[in-house]
Amino acid sequence: MSVLQILDIGLAVLVLAVAAWTIGARETFGAVVGYVAYGLLLSIVWIRLFAPDVALTEAAIGSGVTGVLLVTSGARLKAAGKVDAIATPRLSLRLSAAAVAIAAAAALAFVVLSLPAPAPSLAAEAQQGLAATGLGNPVTAVLIAYRSFDTMLEKIVLLLAVVGVWSVASDRFWGGAPAPLGRANPDGALVFLDQILVPLGILVGVHIFWVGADEPGGAFQGGAILAAMWMIAMIARVSEPPCVSSRRLRLALVAGPAVFLVAGLAGLVIAGDFFAYPAGFAKPIILFIEAFMLLSITATLPILVAGPPRRRSEP
Amino acid sequence: MKEALDLFSIVAICAGAFFFFAGTVGLLRFPDSLSRLHALSKADNLGLGLVVLGLLPRVAGLLDGLRLIAIWALVLLSGASTAQLIGRALRRRRDAE
Repeated sequence: MSVLQILDIGLAVLVLAVAAWTIGARETFGAVVGYVAYGLLLSIVWIRLFAPDVALTEAAIGSGVTGVLLVTSGARLKAAGKVDAIATPRLSLRLSAAAVAIAAAAALAFVVLSLPAPAPSLAAEAQQGLAATGLGNPVTAVLIAYRSFDTMLEKIVLLLAVVGVWSVASDRFWGGAPAPLGRANPDGALVFLDQILVPLGILVGVHIFWVGADEPGGAFQGGAILAAMWMIAMIARVSEPPCVSSRRLRLALVAGPAVFLVAGLAGLVIAGDFFAYPAGFAKPIILFIEAFMLLSITATLPILVAGPPRRRSEP
Repeated sequence: MKEALDLFSIVAICAGAFFFFAGTVGLLRFPDSLSRLHALSKADNLGLGLVVLGLLPRVAGLLDGLRLIAIWALVLLSGASTAQLIGRALRRRRDAE
């Protein structure tokens, strides 16, 4: 057995152990920390499976943004005194949840283990069509060219999530701003981190979006990094969550799906099919769409974390 | 020359691994949160720094070397900041009690 194989087995055991620990954790905060560590380990697993695009997304969205969402919702539940009420479901409910989870895992394991060798793959076809799009990264080609309609619908789902969060606002705060993310007097260390990290992070986020055309990266990963930078600025109270009635915010939220849809409809007129890109112009159009998606993702994720409006809009 | 660089890499990476090991032992064995924090930041700062130092002679080009150094600098920044934040939160809790 080679050293790499031993490391892979160790990694798999570690992932399972952290997953079990996360399920068993008694405290909300501890469980969230376990979940974040689990996500980071999973991104190493994706790297070992030679899927750096998935690894980047897992680290940024699965671990980073979801971790912040869970930490803030845990803190809000605690503040509302509702942790105990939901922490102890009935034994029968727990047992049936475990049974469903085990059945799903067993079915997945059976399917994966019974795959023929070599496993069926569309990688060759994805690589073949790459030249027509002008892109160098087949993952970006799949997302924005081969199955662009799905990707657009995913962006609309993000928008629906924002509508869902905003819809639980009480009437008197409608149009106002969400509660600030950080404490009133932020630590000097936090402000320092904000001042040094945010400019660097913006550079890295835009870079990851830009290289996504030819190398691992893209609008989703870059947008998640930019969103994280906005969240750090909000936690350090350098920036405040905007009013939900802000026109600029709403434009940023819908820009990505809207530009995507318009580009798709334009394909109907110019290239003869919904979401067809005219030959020779595919790459600039794809980058144009991705730039607006970057803007929308950067705006959407922190707005989801900030939650519904809690303050009246200032006159 | 090549052997000397290889030896340098091996020594530096092993020293880095030692600091990670010592930091992990400290995290598990030290009695209170502040000293555990101290053990953890040693692993981040010195351990990763030595591993990066050991990898530098092996990079393909100047850009890759700069990337490694940038990663180390970012870990230093985030490690030091979060250690400060956790330490101050601990002190606030102690003052409150």
